[in-house]
Amino acid sequence: MTIDDDGKSGYVDGNAVAGALAEAFRAEVSTIVLTCVSCGGVGRFAERHVYDHGPGLVVRCPDCGEVNARVVRTPSDMWLDLRGSLSWRIPMPPGS
Amino acid sequence: MAAQPMHWLPAKAEDFREETATTRTIVFDASGWSGHLAGQHVDVRLTAEDGYQAERSYSIASPPDGQRVELTVQRVRDGEVSPYLVGEMRAGDEVELRGPVGGWFVWRPEESGPVLLIAGGSGIVPLMAMVRQRARVGSPTAFALLYSVRSPDEVFYAEELSRLSGQGDGLNVSLLYTRSAPEGTSRPVGRIGPDDVMGVNLPPRSDVRAYVCGPTAFVEAVAGLLVAQGYDQSAIRTERFGPTGG
Amino acid sequence: MAGVVTRGFKGRRDPSAPKLPPGQYLTRDFPVLSAGPTPEIPLDQWRFTITDETGGRHAWRWQELLDLPSEQPTLDIHCVTKWSKLGTRWEGVSLDTLLSSVGTSATHALVHSYGGYSTNLPLADLRDGKAWIAYRYEGEDIPGEHGGPARLLVPHLYFWKSAKWVCGIELRAEDTPGFWETMGYNNYGDPWREQRYTGD
Repeated sequence: MTIDDDGKSGYVDGNAVAGALAEAFRAEVSTIVLTCVSCGGVGRFAERHVYDHGPGLVVRCPDCGEVNARVVRTPSDMWLDLRGSLSWRIPMPPGS
Repeated sequence: MAAQPMHWLPAKAEDFREETATTRTIVFDASGWSGHLAGQHVDVRLTAEDGYQAERSYSIASPPDGQRVELTVQRVRDGEVSPYLVGEMRAGDEVELRGPVGGWFVWRPEESGPVLLIAGGSGIVPLMAMVRQRARVGSPTAFALLYSVRSPDEVFYAEELSRLSGQGDGLNVSLLYTRSAPEGTSRPVGRIGPDDVMGVNLPPRSDVRAYVCGPTAFVEAVAGLLVAQGYDQSAIRTERFGPTGG
Repeated sequence: MAGVVTRGFKGRRDPSAPKLPPGQYLTRDFPVLSAGPTPEIPLDQWRFTITDETGGRHAWRWQELLDLPSEQPTLDIHCVTKWSKLGTRWEGVSLDTLLSSVGTSATHALVHSYGGYSTNLPLADLRDGKAWIAYRYEGEDIPGEHGGPARLLVPHLYFWKSAKWVCGIELRAEDTPGFWETMGYNNYGDPWREQRYTGD
């Protein structure tokens, strides 16, 4: 099985969905640094591939395609699944 | 910034500027807007009479300016939201905005390293916010803009770009035509290539940062060119347009 | 809620819409919804496998699927993201046909797709003419972005249950929530009862 990754497959940059996540995180998410659980690749949330045309957001590693996170917003809750990331490093400016 | 949860703010259309036959800039007045950085974008929500809602994300074209937010929107054929914004919306009509969004694809005037901007088509919009921000604060930072566009009638902000680059204060603008060029253009029409990137007129410093925005295929091709030219991966910031348009 | 109304904005909907499930809007085009990139599955490697609760496997190759009697249902589909599309025409094999050779006392099904997606439903919802493995849409091979070469169709449930790029169904004695069902979406998903989320 090969992956068709020519951009017609419907993903956007992490940047594009940062607004939806800011609601829950109460923080800027595009500068968060994720480590992929599958390939160990490290990168900003802004540069993850996000599939946003479904019931929820699916955040994938741009290198290996692993699902790094899933996010669902229901009327009452935000659901997060971060099992696909080894870590989320969130910049915390001193004094903030 | 954005230490608080983001809320939807009502915003009123105040003014419009035609950019091309299919594109216009809408000037919104958003009371309560917290300000933004050049390069950020905003979520826009439209609500029909019967409660039906549609959301889209658009880059902000204007530099930070109080509660004024300008969006440049291109009509997407068979789109749902863009035909309304480009063709139907009148002064006084209201939408809601949530943002600003994105803290990565941004330029701050206090960053002094030379800046290379590369736009494909409507990818010019967030880069124009950076160009305007530079002019607004009178920054001496060297900027070079490569703007790839099909033909002269599809250039956004043509007059303003020509005026700003004619001031000789360190902003270089090169239009790269891919289908048809004005008479007398020396560069042959065609896609951006290694020569375009090599010809960039920026001071030879190690802290050049590149911002690339456009359709996914364009962004990937340009990022590849930059790396081949010796740009460090970490010095390249990209923003792709997904197929979210409409 | 600010109560903002955008004057003159109608959205892409048909004003002469017939009755739809609550909260749904009619669309004329076919939005592409995906949780990941479109997998490319060479037909000579394609398999569809039903695994029963004892581990017994019943597999079909591509040509074996095409050789089974097919049906041509015309279906209304309802996506949990609120669009509905009416009168879509498909061709495929009824799950009744596929299940007829599978002896099972399982009560639940977990559907798997190429690319890793999964979704669950009661086995009864796959029987009695309610579900198909479809391979043609509007007279053509199903385009990859809409789930080709073959997808599940269970149109009486929200469309996330109609798994694209289907590769198999596990029959189980217990219910096992799938990709979206573990993340706040309703375990059953009946659009007429507006079962979008957990607890609806």
